[in-house]
Amino acid sequence: MSAQDILLWVALPYLTIAVFITGTFWRYRYDKFGWTTRSSQLHERKLIRIASPLFHLGILAVVGGHVMGLLIPEGWTSAAGLSEDAYHVMAVGLGAVAGACTLAGVSLLIYRRRTNGPVFNATTKNDKTMYVFLVAAICLGLVTTIIGSGVIGDGYNYRETVSPWFRSIFLLDPKPELMAESLPSFKVHAVAGMLLFIIWPFTRLVHAFSAPVLYLFRPYVVYRERGPHDPGSRAPRRGWEKVGS
Amino acid sequence: MRVMAQVAMVMNLDKCIGCHTCSVTCKQAWTNRAGVEYVWFNNVETRPGQGYPRTYQDQERWKGGWELKRGRLRLRSGGRFKRLAQIFSNPLLPTLSDYYEPWTYDYDTLISAPLGEHTPVAQPKSLITGKSMKIEWSANWDDDLAGGPELAPKDPILVKIRDQVTDRVKMEFEQAFMFYLPRICEHCLNPSCVAACPSGAMYKRAEDGIVLVDQDQCRGWRMCVSGCPYKKVYFNHRTGKAEKCTLCYPRIEVGLPTVCSETCVGRLRYMGLFLYDADKVTAAAATENEHDLLAAQLDLLLDPNDPEVQAAARHDGIAEDWIEAAMASPVYRLAKVYKVALPLHPEYRTMPMVWYIPPLSPVVDALRETGNDAEDAGNLFGALDSLRIPIEYLAELFSAGDPAPVASSLRKLAAMRSYMRDVNLGREPQASIPESVGMTEESVYEMYRLLAIAKYEDRYVIPKAHAETARGLEETACSLDGDGGPGQYEPGPFGSASGRPIPVAVETFHALKERQTSEVFVPLESIRVNLSGWNGRGGRDES
Repeated sequence: MSAQDILLWVALPYLTIAVFITGTFWRYRYDKFGWTTRSSQLHERKLIRIASPLFHLGILAVVGGHVMGLLIPEGWTSAAGLSEDAYHVMAVGLGAVAGACTLAGVSLLIYRRRTNGPVFNATTKNDKTMYVFLVAAICLGLVTTIIGSGVIGDGYNYRETVSPWFRSIFLLDPKPELMAESLPSFKVHAVAGMLLFIIWPFTRLVHAFSAPVLYLFRPYVVYRERGPHDPGSRAPRRGWEKVGS
Repeated sequence: MRVMAQVAMVMNLDKCIGCHTCSVTCKQAWTNRAGVEYVWFNNVETRPGQGYPRTYQDQERWKGGWELKRGRLRLRSGGRFKRLAQIFSNPLLPTLSDYYEPWTYDYDTLISAPLGEHTPVAQPKSLITGKSMKIEWSANWDDDLAGGPELAPKDPILVKIRDQVTDRVKMEFEQAFMFYLPRICEHCLNPSCVAACPSGAMYKRAEDGIVLVDQDQCRGWRMCVSGCPYKKVYFNHRTGKAEKCTLCYPRIEVGLPTVCSETCVGRLRYMGLFLYDADKVTAAAATENEHDLLAAQLDLLLDPNDPEVQAAARHDGIAEDWIEAAMASPVYRLAKVYKVALPLHPEYRTMPMVWYIPPLSPVVDALRETGNDAEDAGNLFGALDSLRIPIEYLAELFSAGDPAPVASSLRKLAAMRSYMRDVNLGREPQASIPESVGMTEESVYEMYRLLAIAKYEDRYVIPKAHAETARGLEETACSLDGDGGPGQYEPGPFGSASGRPIPVAVETFHALKERQTSEVFVPLESIRVNLSGWNGRGGRDES
């Protein structure tokens, strides 16, 4: 195991996690106003009507697939009576469909962004950079799926190497040797993914954290008061509370 | 009973001359920034006309507001799940072309063009693409019935009543009837924009009922834009946030009327408080028959002179000076006591809080053209009975199609006109005229004072926000914040308008201080973005 392996499969993952968490926290603390989808639907409606749901639903399925493949140990699915072959067929089938939808969606979105004048004008450098990382991760992911499935070359059971390595990172017991022996395509995809997560907090992708699930549970009309404190007084700052309070 | 206070407005349409001063001053105060070039928090529409955005009243198409589904109130655009499922692309969102493509002119050509045979022309340039464009629509393209026979028939209201009244609508209507409809956000008691916001960023202020967007919490899902049946929430395409009329809350809080009211040359706007029963709002909005919605909305408004109401208001934390202001409220008198003011489209079930006194003058004009005495009560009443089309049109706007409230309001205005003519000409006043519309001589005279004399202090009775609770009013979010706001700070690192917003007061303070103390002349655009935003050099500034 080389220094490079340590760097890529131990240092980089923890760096990613650190930047992802602190970056998101920092962004939320200091840039709530910039935290938005920055939708361009006002400028163009027809293409986005197809492309945006295609991409977003596709990527949600892809996320679900990653959770299944990376977080759930092979032993669990086997115990549930799902053979490796059956799992493989299912994962590759659904993964390829979801990946294709995502890629088609993002391609259409980028095409729209490039060809529609107002939408292109509304695209920042930050957006363009983000698209490079996003599309790279998606394309490499699709390639990995195809290679791993055995459509090209032999099939590969990533649940014996990549997945345990992934879990080992979060169990604070990193096992870079597992990743070191996996296929190059998986390695490249993993690095691309980590890079995407590193830039994530600093791009418009943060809107993913704002998925409005609570909407389903709140009353329709929201009232807000001016403040929780009594009239005429101001809530004491932390550290300046009255004695005995 | 839970008593809440609502700052509300009444507009007397008889006095509106369609000068657009309200729109322009509002624009200069609030939306002269990049990203909201196409936005008019206040706009003035000519009726009949398509409105702004085009045909916004056609709820079959736009599905704004509420509807009754098996006796229960729900958003017309569907249930919560359905709308969340549409979050990735809102099928009901108007595009820019439904409003209009904003533009400026290439003024620089006028001074920099070389000497030539022809006078140079300032070409229109799109504020969206920066390219030359053909101007084909605007916020008031059909002003004064411009393009009448072609455009006005597409008025959703005309389309609706044409089905009922036959073809003569069009002709008679255009000959006999035209009026202006100034519109701002309705600050509804049952706001469908707030209900549609997935992030919970939109809220109704508990103290004064003003509906606001928390700019820090808005995530740009755009559901409020389509949820509002009046299309009075707008999407800032630069910041990616929803913006709307704030009822000039910084002015209201210090007891001043809104900019649109203050600058109205016709002095047709009235502002004051309603006290209403917040517990009954949903039930009132769920009234089954659309024709009963107006009565249900009036029922929500509590009599501020009733000691029981006052006691309940005190119990619910409404300050004494606010109760006094509610007792002197011109809007309460016009809406509930005289019953001449009517809400705009009560059938949307949002319980709108900007009310309108329907215009009598087109009827008077029509009558005068026939050679009759247009101030005579008998003639006016007769004309009101015979001019059915204007009344049906007004009824579609103000009373869900029920002609009775509109006719009653117009008859009161007609009665006031006739009765006061006798007074002013020194003739014997006829008590029978007020009686015929269910009013007394005193109340007609009081209404005349309010509508015709219209003293500033009678039109605006706005209590100040309470200083002891002022800390909560510290500006947390305002549409002036962000890049392109008057403060003109640099765009943040994450695209337009990222970074921390600066409170309005701080911005204004610095901007004014710079202008007042600077040794050199500070050009206005260094403080405030020019309305056009066009830099005259072939593109927009920045990015």
